[in-house]
Amino acid sequence: MAKTDVSAAGPLPETAPTGAGRSIGDVFRAAEIDARLVGMILALAAIWIGFHILSGGIFLTPRNLWNLSVQTAVVAIMATGMVLVIVERHIDLSVGSLMAAVGMVMGLLQSDWLPSAIGFDHPATWVIALVAGLVLGAVIGGFQGVVVAYVGVPSFIVTLGGLLVWRGVAWWLASGQTIAPMDSNFRLLGGGSEGTIGGTWSWIVGVIACVGVVALQMQRRRERARYGFRLRPMGIEVGIAAGACVAILAAIAVLNRYYLPPLLAERRGAPPGAQISLGLAYPVLITIGVTILMTVLATRRRFGRYVYSIGGNPEAAELGGIKTKRTVVKTFALMGTLVGLAGAVQIARLNAAVSSLGTGMELSVIAAAVIGGTSFSGGIGTIPGAVLGALVMQSLVSGMVLMGIEAPLQDIVVGIVLVSAVAIDTTIRRRTAV
Amino acid sequence: MRGARVWAILGVMILVLAACGDDGDGGDGGGGGGGGGGGEDLTIGVSWNNYNEERWAKWDEPAIKEALDAAGAKYISSDAGSSAEQQLSDVENLISQGADALLILAQDTEAIVPAVQSALEQGVPVVAYDRLIEDPGALYVTFDNVEVGRLQAQAVYEQVPKGNYVFIKGNSADPNADFVHSGQLEVLQDAIDSGDIVNVGESYTDNWDPAVAQTNMEQFLTENDNDVQAVVASNDGMAGGVVAALEAQGLAGEVAVSGQDGDLAALNRVALGTQTVSVWKDARLLGNAAGEAAVLLAQGTALEEIPDTVIFTTPVNSYDMTSILLTPEAITQDNLDVVVDAGWIATDELCQGVKSGTVDVCG
Repeated sequence: MAKTDVSAAGPLPETAPTGAGRSIGDVFRAAEIDARLVGMILALAAIWIGFHILSGGIFLTPRNLWNLSVQTAVVAIMATGMVLVIVERHIDLSVGSLMAAVGMVMGLLQSDWLPSAIGFDHPATWVIALVAGLVLGAVIGGFQGVVVAYVGVPSFIVTLGGLLVWRGVAWWLASGQTIAPMDSNFRLLGGGSEGTIGGTWSWIVGVIACVGVVALQMQRRRERARYGFRLRPMGIEVGIAAGACVAILAAIAVLNRYYLPPLLAERRGAPPGAQISLGLAYPVLITIGVTILMTVLATRRRFGRYVYSIGGNPEAAELGGIKTKRTVVKTFALMGTLVGLAGAVQIARLNAAVSSLGTGMELSVIAAAVIGGTSFSGGIGTIPGAVLGALVMQSLVSGMVLMGIEAPLQDIVVGIVLVSAVAIDTTIRRRTAV
Repeated sequence: MRGARVWAILGVMILVLAACGDDGDGGDGGGGGGGGGGGEDLTIGVSWNNYNEERWAKWDEPAIKEALDAAGAKYISSDAGSSAEQQLSDVENLISQGADALLILAQDTEAIVPAVQSALEQGVPVVAYDRLIEDPGALYVTFDNVEVGRLQAQAVYEQVPKGNYVFIKGNSADPNADFVHSGQLEVLQDAIDSGDIVNVGESYTDNWDPAVAQTNMEQFLTENDNDVQAVVASNDGMAGGVVAALEAQGLAGEVAVSGQDGDLAALNRVALGTQTVSVWKDARLLGNAAGEAAVLLAQGTALEEIPDTVIFTTPVNSYDMTSILLTPEAITQDNLDVVVDAGWIATDELCQGVKSGTVDVCG
């Protein structure tokens, strides 16, 4: 994941600094740890602890963290796509409106169109609705991409148009009515007390993730050894693996300590006082899955390398034989697909499709990507960073609600944090570049 | 590559054309022959701020036309597409088209004032339709938003006279959000002061967004460890978000929830018992009242002589405005027949998922 970051050292063995006077940055470089990712995690920890104290010990409870994980999902899913769009020096302002339009179609499919064809709550309803949403998102996103790449209209304009058009379409599809309720299987996508995989499966996912991290690291080390690249010191290697595993399992342990609300447990016929772990919610699993897939796509596949090289220098990429236009179209189509997925999660969570869905959300998504270290000058940005960025933003909002801070003041705080984060990042980057 | 470019341009053009075609039937909705009953050739101009919302076309406009037809007056209209600047020129245009009185649904309560004053100077009376215009020369016709808040609070209070309350308010920039909330407090303040009701969470909601309301409700439930007995939500969309949050805790139906607008999904929730009340403002009453008042004004009736008016003091400039304030109606499980009889909602939509025998209208 540090592949694209300027601070990740090149593969030259001689550059590893040795001796006593090493700065923290040098240590990070030797260990090949993404310093800004670590910085963000530290900032997040500070925010969490701060809110925990200010909210009188509510913020760092399993229940609130579980809420936070679900509340972050929608923006995080879209932010992973926005990173690639911004890395390509483009922007997508239409995501909020597009989510409303696609969400409306998915809502109408399951509450209106499909029931009249195959009956209400048919077991296939959720799959049809979800796939329709993903495909529609991809087609509309791809269409906007074509106008950007082949017609040459700036993406800001195309997607600004999209922001207006798709909001209007979302209204027009149901004349502004609220579409509810959703299919009962589809609703699982939104989390809630039913939409989770339970305690046992959460542990299994955690262990698999842990094994995956270790395996990935061993494979990387072997590859590096094969090509004669400099290897990380073994101690650091083990330390990173152990740290990651502990973090993953600790997160699972915390989430598993949030139990099914007693009223619902009773209704399910559990004995009084039974503690049923909810575990990971589906939207969180989806977010994790999307993050992994998008990271692989961005760092290990040709498409991803094209995206970053276009962002780094569009002319050079074009001259270098990269099919830049096709890549741009693909990126926007991918963004659209993710919007469809996020829309599915959002309407499932709300149990309703409303034409005001996602109003202003394009700004949250862009902010998440930017707080996560994506640069508007192109070529720089990581997907895990954007997900962390989304988590930082949602932590701020959720924490401030817990403290009873009013909405206008929340906006002020989030705005200041956004600009400060980028200011700090830019300053550090300038210093390390010299 | 050239081919792709042509296709893309074609696609855009089709989209644009489709959008235009859609606009057409909104803007100039049929004039209707004047001079029928009253024998006077009066023309009433209506300036919509944003016709692109369901209720105006479906409920308000037909009701206004009905009132005008009955008086033999002619209907002309324009749509400002949510632009305060556009609306200023719309008003000028309506006057030059010969409007004898204007109905204005203002985009902005203050920015419209110059246009209103110029209309009044030209002898064209103005009705502020549904939304306040800060000018005492206009007649203000609306549903009583403070009353909406009172009705919401009353219905919830009847069910939960003691306990922890959460307040989900509307958009902080919308004066209606504060009118509604002030009505809620009028009813509940005594109980809050005596300690029977504890305010355990209160927040404005950006854009009246249901998803934001849901997130806020989740946080309030977390903060209070589910010890919440009632939620006073200011409209139905947000009530939907609140109920979704309650459902996740198994509390839907256990906690009293209010709303307003008579949204179809909300009325279904009232039938299901997951929402306590939806305060319903029958837009047809509003359209009729405003249409009739506009005709009277166009005929030269003075503001003070319009029947059934009260004085409403505006919040910003404290103007005393001559107003017609219609009374909204609280819809609960006991009087769902009102919305069915009015043709507002079909029985099968209202009763989707309702167990038979629980609600009268649903059988």
